[in-house]
Amino acid sequence: MKHTNFLRPLAVVLGLALGLPAYAGTYDITVDKVRIDTGTFKKNGIGYNGSQTPTILHFEEGEDVVIRVKNNLRESTSIHWHGLILPFQQDGVPGISFNGIKPGETFTYRFPIEQAGTYWFHSHSGFQEPDGAYGAIVISPKGGEAVPTDRDYVVQLTDKHPHSGSRIFRNLKASADYYNRAQRTAQDLIEDAGAEGLKAALQDRKMWGAMRMMPTDIEDVQGFTPLINGASTQQNWTGIFKPGEKVRLRLINSSATTYFDVRVPGLKMTVVQADGNDVKPVTVDELRIAVAETYDVIVQPREAKAYSIIGESAGRTAMVRGTLAPTAGMVGPYYKMRPQPLLTMADMGGMMSGMDHSGMDMSGFDMSGMDHSGHDMSGFDMSGMDHSGMDMGGMDMSAGMPVVPSEGAPGAAFYAPGSGLIPTAANGGKFLGYEDLTARKPLYRDRPATREIEIRLTGNMERYIWSIDGVKYEDADPIRLKYGERVRFKFVNETMMAHPMHLHGMWTIIDTGKGAYDPVKHTVSVAPGTTLYTETEVDAPGQWAFHCHLSYHAGGGMFRKVIVEGGPS
Amino acid sequence: MGAYFKETNHMKNLLLGTALGLPLALTFTSVAMAEVGVSPTVWGVRTDKLEYRMGDEENSFAWGFAAWTGNDELRLVWKSEGAKIEGGDFEEMDNQIRLQKPITDFFDGFVGVAASTPDGAPERYHGAFGVTGLAPQWFEVEAALYVSEYPYIGAEVEYEALLTNRLTLTPSFEVTLPLADDPEREIAAGGGSFELGLRLSYDLIGRNVSPYFGVNYERAFGGTADILRDHGHEVDELTGVVGINFMF
Repeated sequence: MKHTNFLRPLAVVLGLALGLPAYAGTYDITVDKVRIDTGTFKKNGIGYNGSQTPTILHFEEGEDVVIRVKNNLRESTSIHWHGLILPFQQDGVPGISFNGIKPGETFTYRFPIEQAGTYWFHSHSGFQEPDGAYGAIVISPKGGEAVPTDRDYVVQLTDKHPHSGSRIFRNLKASADYYNRAQRTAQDLIEDAGAEGLKAALQDRKMWGAMRMMPTDIEDVQGFTPLINGASTQQNWTGIFKPGEKVRLRLINSSATTYFDVRVPGLKMTVVQADGNDVKPVTVDELRIAVAETYDVIVQPREAKAYSIIGESAGRTAMVRGTLAPTAGMVGPYYKMRPQPLLTMADMGGMMSGMDHSGMDMSGFDMSGMDHSGHDMSGFDMSGMDHSGMDMGGMDMSAGMPVVPSEGAPGAAFYAPGSGLIPTAANGGKFLGYEDLTARKPLYRDRPATREIEIRLTGNMERYIWSIDGVKYEDADPIRLKYGERVRFKFVNETMMAHPMHLHGMWTIIDTGKGAYDPVKHTVSVAPGTTLYTETEVDAPGQWAFHCHLSYHAGGGMFRKVIVEGGPS
Repeated sequence: MGAYFKETNHMKNLLLGTALGLPLALTFTSVAMAEVGVSPTVWGVRTDKLEYRMGDEENSFAWGFAAWTGNDELRLVWKSEGAKIEGGDFEEMDNQIRLQKPITDFFDGFVGVAASTPDGAPERYHGAFGVTGLAPQWFEVEAALYVSEYPYIGAEVEYEALLTNRLTLTPSFEVTLPLADDPEREIAAGGGSFELGLRLSYDLIGRNVSPYFGVNYERAFGGTADILRDHGHEVDELTGVVGINFMF
C-alpha cells in the first residue's frame, strides 16, 4: 500500500505530462490483527496495513482502481466501499455481493471511480468494523475542488471500546443496559425532587417505569475511548497549518454506535460537502455527525496558536480532542463535557404510535411536571436559540404524539418537537441540521417518485432486538426495486433511538423541500419519533445491502437485502 | 448408611451437574458470524447469589446462577440454586433446565425440568411451567408451577435500586407454596415459605465482578412450620451474607 502511495503522485504527474489516458492505480491492503493502544487501554483488534491508524486511499475521479485485499486474519473478511457507486459484485458485502475473503486469500476489487469526495471503507463481516477494520477514501474531483484549500486533512472518528464487537453484542443481548452507566439513580431523584418537587420527580419516574424505558438510553454503548485518526485525546492527532490558511477537514464518523457533535472552538466551520457530495457552503459553529456520515468543513485559523477539534458524543459520555496547530507538539485546549441530555416523551412518540398502550398508565401524567425533568438546559446557552420549535404545547397527549418534524427551530427540523436530542451549539451559535444542506449542483433532474415504500424502524429495547417493519433480516424477504424507477422511502422511526440508515449502491436524496437541490447522501439519520422521506433514483442493477449503520443494530437484524430488477437496455 | 447415602448423593449431584452442564457447554461455542445481519447465537452466565451466610447456629455457602444460550426466539437456560452447610450437607440443591421463549415484549414463557436433590432428603423431580420477565416499574418477576406428585408454585420478585450507577441495593422476595403434602421433606400442603433478601452490591470490575453484603431471612408458615416445630427445627432463619456476584 505504502509503495503505491509514494509512487502514485509521480505516476499521475508522468501520466499527465505524457498525455496518457486515465490512470489505473493498483492498491494493496492487508487486513491484520493488530494491538490497539488508546493510551488508556490496550486490546487486540483489527487494522488495515498493520496499523491502528486508519489507512487513507487517495483516488482520482475517473480512475480505474484495482485494490488487492489480503486477509491475514484467521476468519473471513470483506471490505465495503462506503458511499462508492460501483458494480454490485464489488460492493463487498458477504452473502449479498460476494462470498467474502477467506483467511489467507487475496481478493482483487476492480471498479471505476465515477465520483469525487470523502468516503470511507470498512469490513462488512461480523463485528470487524468496531474491532478496527475501517479506513478513509479521498477522491479528488476531475476539475479540482469546488472550494480550494491550502491544507486537507481526514478527521476520522471512532468509538474504540475495550471489549470486542462480538462481546459487546452478546452483553447487550444479555442486558440491554449493560453499558449504560449514566442511568438515573437515587441521587438524581433527590436532586430532581429538590428542583421540581418530589411529586413531579416521582411522577416522571413512574411514567418511564411504566414504559420500562430509560430517558438516558441515548447511546447503546458507553465506556469507549473516542479516537481521531486512531489517536485518543492524549495521543493528540495534530494537523499543521500556517495562520490564515484554509484547512479542509474531512470528517468521517466510523463509530460502531456513537454520534459525535463536532466543533473547532474559536472558529466557524464552513460545510462544503456531505457524504461525498458538494453542498452550497453553509457556515456553522457545530455539527452532529451520525454514524457512517461524512462532512467536509473548511476552517480558517488566523492566529498562531493551537485550536482544538472537539468530538463530543451525542449522549455526552465521552469526548475526544485533536489539535490544529502551527507546529507539531502543540496541544489544543480541552473542554469540559456538557451535561448529559435526557430523552423526552417526544422521543417516545413513535413507540407509542406503534405499540400497544395497555402497558402504559398515563393517568398520573401531568405535562407541567415534565417541563424540565426531561430536558436539563442548565448547562446550555440558549441565547442563540429560537424556542418556538421547542414548544411543549405542541405535545398533546390526548391527540397522540406528533411524529412529523417540527419547523422553525434551528437545527431541530429533523427531530421530534420537544425532543431531548435536539442539539445546541456549545457557543450558542449555529448548529447544522439537514435542512441547511443544499446540493451544490443537482445530481439528478427532479421528478416525482414513481412509488413510495414505507420503512418502519422497529425494535424491542429491553430485549435488544432490532428490525425493519417488525421483521429481522433473517426472516425477511428482500425489497424489490425496478431499474429506472424513482422510489420515495418513508422512514418511520418507531423506536426511541436514532438510526443512521444506509442504502448501498444508490444515492439517498433527503427530502428537505428543495426539489432538485435536496442534499444527496448515502446515510441518513432518522431521529426517534420522527418520519423522514428520502428519494432514490434506482440506477444500479444487482443486489445491495440496506441497513442501520449502528453495528449492533445491523448485526441484530435491522437490515434488508435490496434487489434491483432489470437494468439499462 | 449415612456416609454411603451422602457419597452416592454427591455422585448423583455431580452426574446431574454434568448432564445438565454439558449440552450447555457444547453450545457455548464461539460467536461465529458468517454474514452480518444474521443474529448469532449468544450466551451468558450470571449469578444472583454467591455468598457465605452467617447464622445463629450454623454458617453456610449459598449460590444461585443462571447460564443461558440461544437467540432472540429461544433460549436454553440452566438455573441452579443451592446451599451447603459449612462442613456439612447440601441442605438445598435445585437445578432446572428450561427452554425459554418470548411471549410478550417484556416476558418469556418457559417449560423445563427441575431437580431437587439435597442431602438427607428424597429427591424430587418436577416439570416446570412459568413466566419470567420485567414488570412495569422495573420489577424483575418470575412465577412458575412445578408439576409432579408434590406440586408447588414458586414466585420471585427482585428490584435493583441504583443508589449510584455502580452501587445497587437489591431487595428480593421468593415464595414457595406447596400444593400437596410431602412429609418426607417436612412440607405440608398450603404451608408456604418465603425468603426475603436485601443486598448492597458494588460493580467492581465492569458488571463482571460485584461484591456485596446484606441480609437474608427465611420463614415457613402453616402446616410446614408445624412440622418443623414438631421436629424441633426453627421455622425461620436470619443470616448476614457476604458474597460476590459474577456476570459473563
